[in-house]
Amino acid sequence: MFVNGVTLQNRGLPDSHRLSVYAGTGGYDALRRVLLDSMAPDQIISEIKKSALRGRGGAGFPTGLKWSFMPKGVTGTKYLLCNADEGEPGTCKDRDIMRYEPHRLIEGMIIGAYAMGASTGYIFIRGEFVEPIHIVEGALEEAYAKGYLGQNILGTDFSFDLYVHRGAGAYICGEETALMEALEGKKGQPRFKPPFPASYGLYGQPTTINNVETFASVPSIIAKGGEWFLNLGKPNNGGTKIFSVTGHVQRPGNYEVPMGTPFKELLEMAGGLRPGRQLKAVIPGGTSTPMVGGEAMMAVTMDYDSIAKSGSALGAGSVIVIDDSVCIVKVVERIARFYMHESCGQCTPCREGMGWLWRVMHRLENGQGREEDLQLLLDVGSRIEGRTICALADGGVAPVVSSVRLFREEYEYHIRHKHCLVDGGAV
Amino acid sequence: MLSEKSLAEIARERAKYPADQARSVLLAALRIAQEEHGYLSDAVMEHIAGLLGIPAIQVYEAATFYSMYDLQPVGRHKLCVCGSVSCFLNGSDAILQHLSERLGVSPGETTADGLFTLQEVECLGACKDAPMLQVGDHYYENLTQESLDALLAKLRGESDDVR
Ligand SMILES: NC(=O)C1=CN([C@@H]2O[C@H](COP(=O)(O)OP(=O)(O)OC[C@H]3O[C@@H](n4cnc5c(N)ncnc54)[C@H](O)[C@@H]3O)[C@@H](O)[C@H]2O)C=CC1
Ligand SMILES: Cc1cc2nc3c(=O)[nH]c(=O)nc-3n(C[C@H](O)[C@H](O)[C@H](O)COP(=O)(O)O)c2cc1C
Ligand code: SF4
Ligand code: FES
Repeated sequence: MFVNGVTLQNRGLPDSHRLSVYAGTGGYDALRRVLLDSMAPDQIISEIKKSALRGRGGAGFPTGLKWSFMPKGVTGTKYLLCNADEGEPGTCKDRDIMRYEPHRLIEGMIIGAYAMGASTGYIFIRGEFVEPIHIVEGALEEAYAKGYLGQNILGTDFSFDLYVHRGAGAYICGEETALMEALEGKKGQPRFKPPFPASYGLYGQPTTINNVETFASVPSIIAKGGEWFLNLGKPNNGGTKIFSVTGHVQRPGNYEVPMGTPFKELLEMAGGLRPGRQLKAVIPGGTSTPMVGGEAMMAVTMDYDSIAKSGSALGAGSVIVIDDSVCIVKVVERIARFYMHESCGQCTPCREGMGWLWRVMHRLENGQGREEDLQLLLDVGSRIEGRTICALADGGVAPVVSSVRLFREEYEYHIRHKHCLVDGGAV
Repeated sequence: MLSEKSLAEIARERAKYPADQARSVLLAALRIAQEEHGYLSDAVMEHIAGLLGIPAIQVYEAATFYSMYDLQPVGRHKLCVCGSVSCFLNGSDAILQHLSERLGVSPGETTADGLFTLQEVECLGACKDAPMLQVGDHYYENLTQESLDALLAKLRGESDDVR
């Protein structure tokens, strides 16, 4: 199997974050080809389209299509942003790309900027990621020194400046329009979409934003062709994807595997379950995606389409494995707390609803649940979904509603007996 | 109010943004000021407003919205224990409890000697290395009770060096 072969291919090399190491493995060759053999911007976008690369930030929007939305011939600056705000519980891949492969991200952004005519870029990194921030800043300095960034890149008339912008602690800033507000020095509260960033983005200018892993996939696609990338995965699900496998597995970690890899194999790579344990449930794409029962999950392959068929979503590839040692009510209460804490507060259904869901989960967990609470959770959920500015609220509803549907008996036991069906909490 | 060093750092950050977008440097200015003063007092925030030429209300708005800004003094070392789901599944509650017992404070409190503030926070993006915590610029991962005790000893030792 083609493992760790694209965005994490140099992870095992000493000093893989250095430009010399990256260049030694063919790094910046794609950029050189693009600029010196003058590959046309449209040609780059059509390679990306061919590759079937889809946004690795979670929504899976086709990257080539998004790049083609950038208007041509506008006056004023066009911006290119990288979303490195990684904050969804279970998601921890972008941090590793930045720590081990910062130049792959930078090269991907430069190629993207050239393809879309952007002249300024920002990498928005969550403020807590101090180590990755320093590594990316060091890599930017190296790239400037080599003439890959700044004025007249590689002697051509293409210029692009790229900077790090540090976040300050707020999960919601990962939502692309909130991120732009934060970059403008404001509270990170999402804007209503449409207009999408390509028409009204940072400072009101045309802007494209992509996730770290999306950009880091670009150099290999340009070097080896869209067709090559597509064929690593399956139609409509091109390439490899990093899956962050966490929770109740013996070797948690980031595993970059071809799209379409059976979940069973991914679980084995992560060391499998602990001895004597049964797989209870999996959250396949980060906490904002619905839970899937253990048995159903064993039949799923890891790609957008197969996971969607199981009733969930691939999201950011954040696979949270839950075994039978833990009470589902307790797990979901913990997840609900996150969304209550992170709501930005501007939509009433989200601001009130996230707190409501947590309070009901909390009383269930503490043995004060009532028979009608399960219906209440479903009702509250259905009154939130689709009625808010951004997707945070839907993401907060998903784990609650999916778990009530999947584990109704466990919830009912909790209500009747005022304690967990499973005796242990976690571990 | 801010040292030459801090002002120079803010000027460096300012240069990243267009000339007419002074407000974009606000998050960086607040961070740099907090690093110098330990927390953001009203006086410091008003000073920053003057420095950037923006209304003070815009500075308060940002300072109260983002979780990394402290508007009150905190301990020398802020222990931020992740309690989100992947860490929870790997025993973060026990980590928090162990620290709470060792330090004699509940989450949200600061020790009497002003050395430690204990906090439970949401996901820090290191879920595969759970359970974990952040102190200052550093992440400490795959925590055990033993490694926590060693960490506390180390942080106490560093504080002695300073005194
Ligand atoms: N990586 C992480 O830490 C997190 C990831 N997520 C993921 O984020 C997803 C939601 O993200 P959103 O940005 O709200 O999704 P979205 O579907 O609104 O947008 C996805 C991307 O496609 C673009 N887009 C979509 N429709 C478009 C159109 N008609 N015209 C032009 N551009 C268009 C958007 O601008 C955006 O860049 C969730 O599915 C979740 O999995 C959520 C939380 C955290
Ligand atoms: C609440 C919320 C949080 C998000 N957090 C992130 C994030 O941390 N990183 C990320 O890349 N995308 C995040 N997204 C998705 C972005 O809005 C956007 O879809 C993504 O950055 C686009 O890049 P892509 O097309 O390369 O995936 C979040 C979305 C929502 C609704
Ligand atoms: S859904 Fe929630 S997080 Fe998103 S804009 Fe509305 S209040 Fe803010
Ligand atoms: S859940 Fe603890 S770091 Fe992500």
